Amino acid sequence: MIMAGSVIVIGAGSAGMEVSGVLARSGVSVTLIEKTANTGGHVKNWHHLFPDHRDGADVVSYMGVRAGHKLVNILTGTEIRELSRKGGKFHATTEGGSELTGDAVVVATGFDLFDCSRKEEYGYGIYDNVHTSAELEEMFRAGRLTTASGKEPEKIGFVHCVGSRDEKVGNLYCSKLCCVTAVKQAIEVRKKLPRSKVFCFYMDMRMGGASYEELYREAQEEWGISFIRGKVSEAGEMIDHRIQVKVEDTLVGRPLKLELDMLFLMAGMEMSEAGARISRIAGLKTGENRFLLASDNHYGSNRGNVEGIFYAGSCTAPMNITETISHARAAATEVIDYLNGINLK
Amino acid sequence: MNRFGFSLSKGRQINYDTNDRSAAEYVIAGEPSLLACIECGGCASTCTSGNFTSFSLRQLNILLKRGENDSLRDELRKCMLCGKCTLVCPRGVNTRNVILLAMEAFNKSQDYAV
Repeated sequence: MIMAGSVIVIGAGSAGMEVSGVLARSGVSVTLIEKTANTGGHVKNWHHLFPDHRDGADVVSYMGVRAGHKLVNILTGTEIRELSRKGGKFHATTEGGSELTGDAVVVATGFDLFDCSRKEEYGYGIYDNVHTSAELEEMFRAGRLTTASGKEPEKIGFVHCVGSRDEKVGNLYCSKLCCVTAVKQAIEVRKKLPRSKVFCFYMDMRMGGASYEELYREAQEEWGISFIRGKVSEAGEMIDHRIQVKVEDTLVGRPLKLELDMLFLMAGMEMSEAGARISRIAGLKTGENRFLLASDNHYGSNRGNVEGIFYAGSCTAPMNITETISHARAAATEVIDYLNGINLK
Repeated sequence: MNRFGFSLSKGRQINYDTNDRSAAEYVIAGEPSLLACIECGGCASTCTSGNFTSFSLRQLNILLKRGENDSLRDELRKCMLCGKCTLVCPRGVNTRNVILLAMEAFNKSQDYAV
């Protein structure tokens, strides 16, 4: 059915682009707002994706095609200052002072990666050879994986759960993608540097997604990656700028120390600052984990507490790309029902 | 029998039915945060005492919960109550209080007197 109506979509990552494309193909005019200069969200920063190591650029180009419709008007470098509802229409004012209107709003503000410098005991931002998972993707893309002094690293460690499952940083939840990201990146390090030894320090291996467990097994069998069960309590820099980590090898029951050339911190996912801002100006409820609160745990994940405002993607919970795209499509169907006057609470 | 080098071995199984969990119950009643422990070992990794002795707060916690109290009596004495374990615990367990309560539990019980 071809229908009229207009929707404001906030955020042009994988969720925002997918929902915009689906709506446009149903005849809905979409204004897609993106605060940064480029569309593509976090995916564009990822060199390769789990579980199949495909190029992240594939997904970015898919998103471009999906959202490339004459009814989708993309405004980059734009942030919303005010959002209110008057006479059944949503009115948004941008930071630049432009006025936008829509019959409905989709929030697709995604997530921010945890700022690893908040876990000071791991030395990110203090020691030269401690980096984040996102920085490793940049290194892969640049084709250059060396220590700060330019040497090829021989021993490389990955710390799981940095900023997730950690009351000390206020994040009780599991970000659920960091485990498989560590496994993927560990394999890629071994492929790139065949002489290297790679260690993953984990509390629990959460391999619930499609093909994750198989990838974990491949990491063990084909790439000889060592998985050590224990939470790293601290990392210290040696005089030669190598990093010494301290962890309890809980399965042996003894403390373990290990010197590494490079240490990578698997940054968790947090509610984005942009999303938090939208939740404040639009009065959207958030959960204890600070993500947008769904109207129902089982069938209301695209809706919150304000009628006409819908949610797509990881502004509601940590999600992988597959889940984000599915969630965005589901959001589009909810919006279409709403525009048709079908209000299924 | 002795001549042949045979003897009866004590069972290695944790007998969850007969083990005395009263010490664990006492500690948990006073410090419910112990229930949140996920055995990550952050405490044991950062523990100064644990780097030089067999002391592991993680192991101590789980043995206490299983009622394997015998081996705990001597272990508890190794803690210096510095509290570094409390600083690193991702689950917010008040580990220092767990130690104090465990000592108290064993002091109250003749069987497990420290």
